[in-house]
Amino acid sequence: LSLRAVNSSRSAFASFLFAPLFFQLYEPGSAGPDTELFRCKVHMKSFLGIFRSLPSLEKSVGKCLILLKPRASRLVLQLHCKYGVTKTHNLAFQECERLQAVFDTQRCASRLRAPARVLAEAVVHFPLTLAEVTLGTGPGGKISLRNYVEDEAEPSKTMVTELWLAEDEFQSVAVAPGSHITFCLKEFRGLLSFAEASNLPLTIHFDEPGRPVVFTLDDTVLEVHLVLATLSDLKSSSQSPSTNGVSHLPAPSDDFADDLESYMAAMETSEGGSGGPPSPTFPLRTPRPAESDPEEEEEEEGAVPGTPPHKK
Amino acid sequence: MPFSAPPPASGERYALSASLDNARHLSSLLRAVHFQDHATCFATASGLRVTVEDAKCIQANAFIQAEIFQEFSVQEESVMFRISLSVLLDCLTIFGTSSLPGTSTALRMCYRGYGYPLMLFLEEGGVVTVCKINTQEPEELLDFDFCSTKVVNKIILQSEGLREAFAELDMTSEVLQITMSPDKPYFRLSTFGNAGSAHLDYPRDSDLMEAFHCSQTQTNRYKISLLKPSTKALALSCKVSVRTDAQGFLSLQYMIRNEDGQICFVEYYCCPDENITEAEL
Repeated sequence: LSLRAVNSSRSAFASFLFAPLFFQLYEPGSAGPDTELFRCKVHMKSFLGIFRSLPSLEKSVGKCLILLKPRASRLVLQLHCKYGVTKTHNLAFQECERLQAVFDTQRCASRLRAPARVLAEAVVHFPLTLAEVTLGTGPGGKISLRNYVEDEAEPSKTMVTELWLAEDEFQSVAVAPGSHITFCLKEFRGLLSFAEASNLPLTIHFDEPGRPVVFTLDDTVLEVHLVLATLSDLKSSSQSPSTNGVSHLPAPSDDFADDLESYMAAMETSEGGSGGPPSPTFPLRTPRPAESDPEEEEEEEGAVPGTPPHKK
Repeated sequence: MPFSAPPPASGERYALSASLDNARHLSSLLRAVHFQDHATCFATASGLRVTVEDAKCIQANAFIQAEIFQEFSVQEESVMFRISLSVLLDCLTIFGTSSLPGTSTALRMCYRGYGYPLMLFLEEGGVVTVCKINTQEPEELLDFDFCSTKVVNKIILQSEGLREAFAELDMTSEVLQITMSPDKPYFRLSTFGNAGSAHLDYPRDSDLMEAFHCSQTQTNRYKISLLKPSTKALALSCKVSVRTDAQGFLSLQYMIRNEDGQICFVEYYCCPDENITEAEL
């Protein structure tokens, strides 16, 4: 069973793949070699509404049955609660195309693996309202987390939080030196709390700024991926802050431009030397064209440049 | 502690006069039926009944027997008046709604008769508040003609099992459908909202089911907005009885135990929804 979601700006994609062994009972139904795998989408709010209160679910629900009734166009979720009470929800669904972000963790230059607890304890230092955070590698194999501050912000009025994690806090570190990426912390928090609750180690695959960062959780019966767009590291005098990396790519149609809004405005990252304790400064980046592939985060229905993607 | 109010100047006795050591015994019950601004109070020697109605479809009654009061006397055969329930509740809780252990508001209620206001004397910690609430002409109340001989289906459930269900009812659904049957699904609550339909089934052999007397399969729909206020009564109660008659009229009776362990009742009556469309599953 695969559950996937993408946000409206197409800058975040999540996928949960449950192996049959995850369930007490798994019957994929009659799908011959010729029949297409069944795919549908349901309203997130409706789906979440069924699992509204986690503590009360834990207390009163014994079993959950998920049943797909394609002919009735209903996804049935049945909760078997204590005292013999049964709650049945019949959700309307829509058939849909395959939702898949194109990414390849093998192609990522850097990889970090840590118990979720380590990252959760690190992230707790940042305010809940913080949008973006920068993850970087420094001397001595140290890994840094720093809140991302826009260049326009007044230096005297902004608070910067930076923390360093030693290499031995991680289960594995294989990173390109001096690399860093900036991604949306808010979206990451969701996955992090799931990882913590399920006690699974988290692997972070990343590459150059602008290329998506992929967070994975691996278990024998569960495979989780979270793909987030990262801030691209462009310096371009000809670009206005509101433009995205589109100008560097083969001329796409307007629809593509909408989807690529997720690639945030190109900015130069620069660091002055800090007078405080040894904290590495990120090297000034020389401008170079973004290599972000427009198909990286598109839905995969024969994504051909110039073809408008399937609009939801 | 109770205290006596001065007798009326003319030397007549009050039509209704009552004392209550703990005003909460009255206010919590009245809150359970407070879904409209006005209520009709009806007092006889047996006690006080407060009725609230809406849309000519729903009626809630709160019963406070004479035994709950420290003092309760009704001069005529019965006394009836209409009053603002919102104002009455505000007065009864004038010393605040939070209940500190050991403290309680004492109440004395006096009503001279037709045309006179309802007088309330409330005391807590030596501080006395006097309230005078205007009364109005009582309006005719709905008679659901619901008596035990006409009941087709009846169940008694422990409130604990229904509380969460009622609090989480899908309010995007216009109706709450209640199915009662001697066969499966036995007792089912259904909603048909924007997300789709939802069914809550209680089997007849559930631990929550104290009594199950269903002779006929009945499915009736009621406007959810009318029944939602009954959640308050459900929250206070320990047991609830659900009964329907041949016309599909619904009676919900809630057994409420107050702080002193005394039992009071609140009941809701509701007409079935006339706009019946085919139930989707």
